[in-house]
Amino acid sequence: MTAVQTAPVTQVRVPARSVAGELRAIKIVWKRELIRFFNDRLRILTSLVQPFLFLFVLGSGLSQLTSGGTGGLNLRTFLYPGILAMAVLFTAMASAASIVWDREFGFLREMLVAPVRRSSIVIGKCLGGATVAAFQGLIVICIAGLVGVPYAPDLIAGVFGIQLLLAFTITAFGVMMSARIKQMQSFMALIQMLILPLYFLSGAVFPATNLPAWLTVLNRIDPLAYAVDPIRRIVFSHLTLAPAVRQRLDAGMTWGSWRVPTLLEVGVVAAIGAVLLAIAIAEFSKTE
Amino acid sequence: MTSPAVSTTRLSKRYGDFEAVRGIDLTVESGETFGFLGPNGAGKSTTISMLCTLVTPTGGTAKVAGHDIVRERDEVRRNIGLVFQDTTLDGYLTAEQNLRLHAELYGVPKDGLEARLRQVLEMVGLWDRRSSKVNTFSGGMKRRLEIGRGLLHSPRVLFLDEPTVGLDPQTRSSIWSYIRELKQAEDITIFLTTHYMDEAENCDRIAIMDHGQIIALDTPEALKAGVGKDRVQIHTDDNAEAIKALDEQFGLQATASEGAVSFFVDQGESFVPTLFGQFRLPIRAVSVARPSLDDVFMSYTGKTMRDAEASAAQRGRETMARFRGARR
Repeated sequence: MTAVQTAPVTQVRVPARSVAGELRAIKIVWKRELIRFFNDRLRILTSLVQPFLFLFVLGSGLSQLTSGGTGGLNLRTFLYPGILAMAVLFTAMASAASIVWDREFGFLREMLVAPVRRSSIVIGKCLGGATVAAFQGLIVICIAGLVGVPYAPDLIAGVFGIQLLLAFTITAFGVMMSARIKQMQSFMALIQMLILPLYFLSGAVFPATNLPAWLTVLNRIDPLAYAVDPIRRIVFSHLTLAPAVRQRLDAGMTWGSWRVPTLLEVGVVAAIGAVLLAIAIAEFSKTE
Repeated sequence: MTSPAVSTTRLSKRYGDFEAVRGIDLTVESGETFGFLGPNGAGKSTTISMLCTLVTPTGGTAKVAGHDIVRERDEVRRNIGLVFQDTTLDGYLTAEQNLRLHAELYGVPKDGLEARLRQVLEMVGLWDRRSSKVNTFSGGMKRRLEIGRGLLHSPRVLFLDEPTVGLDPQTRSSIWSYIRELKQAEDITIFLTTHYMDEAENCDRIAIMDHGQIIALDTPEALKAGVGKDRVQIHTDDNAEAIKALDEQFGLQATASEGAVSFFVDQGESFVPTLFGQFRLPIRAVSVARPSLDDVFMSYTGKTMRDAEASAAQRGRETMARFRGARR
């Protein structure tokens, strides 16, 4: 007789659906994202290289041309808030792509047949992506000293909070798209198509004032602009600058002539995130 | 425990104007090993997807473990284990991490988990490999791990959709020995699909499916006894002429499939000498077989499984073309 037959069978019981069960599902989906991210050293490395490349190669190179235009402010320092946003943008998009991989490698199915709400899976996925992206953001926060930005607690907390929110919104966007776009190739193409326009239009690499009208309009409808501007505001509030320079480089987001308050900007990012998440949940809750 | 494990009434699924499943009625008792046999494209996977609540039926009803598959989706999901044709493991995680993730998703209580985890891993022979990444596993090991994972939450019904497809014969037979051991160790109903005839022999009862319908349902023995006769297969240089000659000389209804001519007679072995003595065409090769499930399939549909698959693939392509055409 085999060992299997003589061993007593442990029967386990799956409990009925509960809020605790849903929270546990969110937690486990979130945790899986973290396990996978920290297992993937290459992904960590590549995502670290990018901010440095922009900040020190592009920033140092371009400062040869623009030293007059920034009113004495180091171009690297000017670019820094944009890089804080970029780190999150790129990583969050990559995290969002992971749900497409999950579908291609079949694991998505394992999650979708579990006796939990689809919304728990989607929320866990978005939180996981957001955490991973915010972790990247945190690393860029750590290099603040190298570009002459002080390590003030309120700066760190404020920037990190906005990064977290932005990361969540971008991941929610990716998860929403992945409900429809099921092949990795198409998804990558979509990201390529979106990521640079979003980034360039957001004002991450130039001040969003005195732009041509068409560019101003595009900047105002770019959701990323509403994350870049408050980050820049927080960073610049810790720099000592001549008022004229500040006015030129950190004029801030305006609707018409109205200066949009930081809280409203953050609210815009949060609202977009919430809408995208709701659509993502609705899409994933459909069955054939 | 008295309710049947699976029961369906006129269960159907239609995609556009393509009827994938056309009104299936069946009852699977608790503890049974029930097989769905049929060519690819016969509607087996669609049926299993409906029973697993992944696809919503367009007609009829079904209950799994006593729960309605549409109205009590969660209850159904809690009581079933699933192993799909394609792997659904996370290759970047270890075997144990995959199982723990599953336990969390299903809410397996902590107190029984450790014992259960060890038990299923030992049952599928992967306890020693529990800390290896799944990416390093062979196809057979992955399938075993999936079976183990499907069992982790002690489901009442384990659905196996083509559990051995794409595996080499040796691994296939080892998977089957795991399934048999499992039947002895656990109080469980197994519902599986296969298009391998020899695998269907392992089932208590089988339903043969073709074109979205069940065309026969019984024990393998009874199905084979129903055919009764031996199958004789001959290879000749001119099959069309041979079919004609068999009809004229012996009054036999023969069919050509897969390059050979086959027909059924009561006593195959004693007929062969007669055939060689009297047949007017040269015979290049001959084989005689006791009735197999292949023959059962053939006697119900007039074609072999392989031919049925070819025509199902053709039908699928036509349907897809229609869908594309309609969208334009």
